[in-house]
Amino acid sequence: MLYRESGQFKTSYKADMAIFPIRQDLWGMITTLIVAVVIVPLFASEHMIVGYLLPFMIWSIAAIGLNILTGYAGQLSLGHGAFMAVGAYSAYNLAVRIPDLPLLGVFIGAGLIAAACGVVVGSPSLRIKGFYLAVATLAAQFFSEWVFATFPWFVGGAASMVIDTPRMSLFGYPIESNLDNYFLVLGFVIVTTLLAKNLVRSEIGRAWMAVRDMDVAAEVIGIRPLYTKLSAFAVSSFFAGIAGALYAFCYVKSVDFTAFDLFVSLKVLFMIIIGGMGSILGCFLGAGFIVILPILLNVAAHHLTGGQVSPELITNIEHMTFGGLIVYFLIVEPHGLARMWATAKEKLRLWPFPH
Amino acid sequence: MPEELAWFLEVLIAGLLSGVMYSLVALGFVLIFKASGVFNFAQGAMVLFAALTFARFLEMGINFWFAAAITLFIMVVLAVIIERVMLRPLVAQPVIILFMATIGLNYFLEGLAQGVWDSQVHALDLGIEDVPWQSVMDATNILISLFDVWAAVICGALVVMLAYFFQKGRIGRALRAVADDNQAAMSVGIPLQLIWAIVWAAAGLVALVAGALWGQRLGVQFSISLVALKALPVLILGGFNSIAGAIIGGLIIGAAEKLAEVYIGPIIGGGIEAWFAYLVAMLFLMVRPQGLFGEKIIERV
Repeated sequence: MLYRESGQFKTSYKADMAIFPIRQDLWGMITTLIVAVVIVPLFASEHMIVGYLLPFMIWSIAAIGLNILTGYAGQLSLGHGAFMAVGAYSAYNLAVRIPDLPLLGVFIGAGLIAAACGVVVGSPSLRIKGFYLAVATLAAQFFSEWVFATFPWFVGGAASMVIDTPRMSLFGYPIESNLDNYFLVLGFVIVTTLLAKNLVRSEIGRAWMAVRDMDVAAEVIGIRPLYTKLSAFAVSSFFAGIAGALYAFCYVKSVDFTAFDLFVSLKVLFMIIIGGMGSILGCFLGAGFIVILPILLNVAAHHLTGGQVSPELITNIEHMTFGGLIVYFLIVEPHGLARMWATAKEKLRLWPFPH
Repeated sequence: MPEELAWFLEVLIAGLLSGVMYSLVALGFVLIFKASGVFNFAQGAMVLFAALTFARFLEMGINFWFAAAITLFIMVVLAVIIERVMLRPLVAQPVIILFMATIGLNYFLEGLAQGVWDSQVHALDLGIEDVPWQSVMDATNILISLFDVWAAVICGALVVMLAYFFQKGRIGRALRAVADDNQAAMSVGIPLQLIWAIVWAAAGLVALVAGALWGQRLGVQFSISLVALKALPVLILGGFNSIAGAIIGGLIIGAAEKLAEVYIGPIIGGGIEAWFAYLVAMLFLMVRPQGLFGEKIIERV
């Protein structure tokens, strides 16, 4: 009824190629943006911003990165946490060692360094494929954990190997309150999402998808496999690096080698699987799901047991529920929440008719 | 024997023997991958689950063999449940979905194991003492742990048993058929579901043995599930679908890791065992992308 495109005619190629070809989608996006930029800062509590929105947005960027690599280019990676770590440490070192570098330069530099690492890690991908590659990316994960835990140089010589991030200021305006952090992260979310959305609709995005569907066939029709795979690794790690830097600077406000372990990599992988592989919207849905679920489980567990049960048992039950829900979701909708959303939209367009 | 050489041999043998322990864990992965093409990330959690169950039964004062039998029974039941609840609805889904499902299973089993039992460290005594092998020590001055030797013997016996199981009889033939091609096997009337349950049960048995051996060495606790990560380089080095590969891969990784720890570790700062095995495996992969004994990957358009 509301969601119907009748009467919307496309009279130019430009209109046909728009990100949101249906007007209702565009309005939906504008509403979301208004909510994010105006409503949330006005009404959301500090707890809401720090506890839910910041991690949600930062993990969304990380998930977009992994989705480009795994969902679009088809290269399964278990080392995403490593690139986030590289981003966080690079940002810290850039900020401290080059004091004149502006804040945006710090974050983009961190992303670029992570991208360079991604290219190195991705270089065997031409020869090693599938699960062999996935296990090979684990090498990056463990290597990065070892490097950042072993060499104090990366944290400016701090003996504890953990260090607080320096103060940030953007164009002379100090970023101190949670709201400032929120706006900074929101800016990055908007820019990276737009970038990713346009990348996957462009020539390079189509090359990624061709390689994902069948890399030998893609090579036959003239797509350079090495360039395509490495560019996917580079872009993916760039996003991961920015997400890692934001995580360290805006969320936990410290650089800590334990923050980016293997389970971070798995967590991001969960996000894109639950959200939907090969879908930018899916990254947000998946990140929301994975960020909110443990909190909900925790709250539910406390309410149901009334604090009678030992916290250890609650943690274990949370683990079981989390694992069980993941399996359940995969069984019910293996293509993720984004597919559910697409199905719902399709149904709406035809409503009240079934076909 | 010169001192240097004796030391080298000692490290090498210790490495090879600890490699056998890695092989044992890798074997569980290989069994499941062969039969169903699933990369079972939950193998580590299965090891934890089996070891914890076994250790707690022993603590209750149950007879050793009886406890082992009950634990094995529980692992078989678990395998049937996994097949029924998780694998059957996911049949014919892309492998990455199945892989993610096993990660979910991993969380579930970790929670279950520690929720039903507890997350304390439990000592597990198999009745094998972790002492140097005296006669070898006297003869050659090389220190070999008797426990490692026993572990290797047990592992060898298990491999022979599994190889026999895979080669002989109706079930063995069906297992190989399923490993070769799921759908073709199904079309000639092999009960795929039953075979999968059997394979997961076999992986459960391997998990129990691995868990018991690792449990005596490290104590039964959460970190025992992380030995699965140690087994992954073994897996890609040997090839995902080769039992022989898991053994040889384990020996290579074990030896390389110990030698590197002793000879390279001090130079670059120690603690390199976390990633060195992966590096070795990757170097091998650059030459043979399907692992040492993996099936050759033939790509057609």
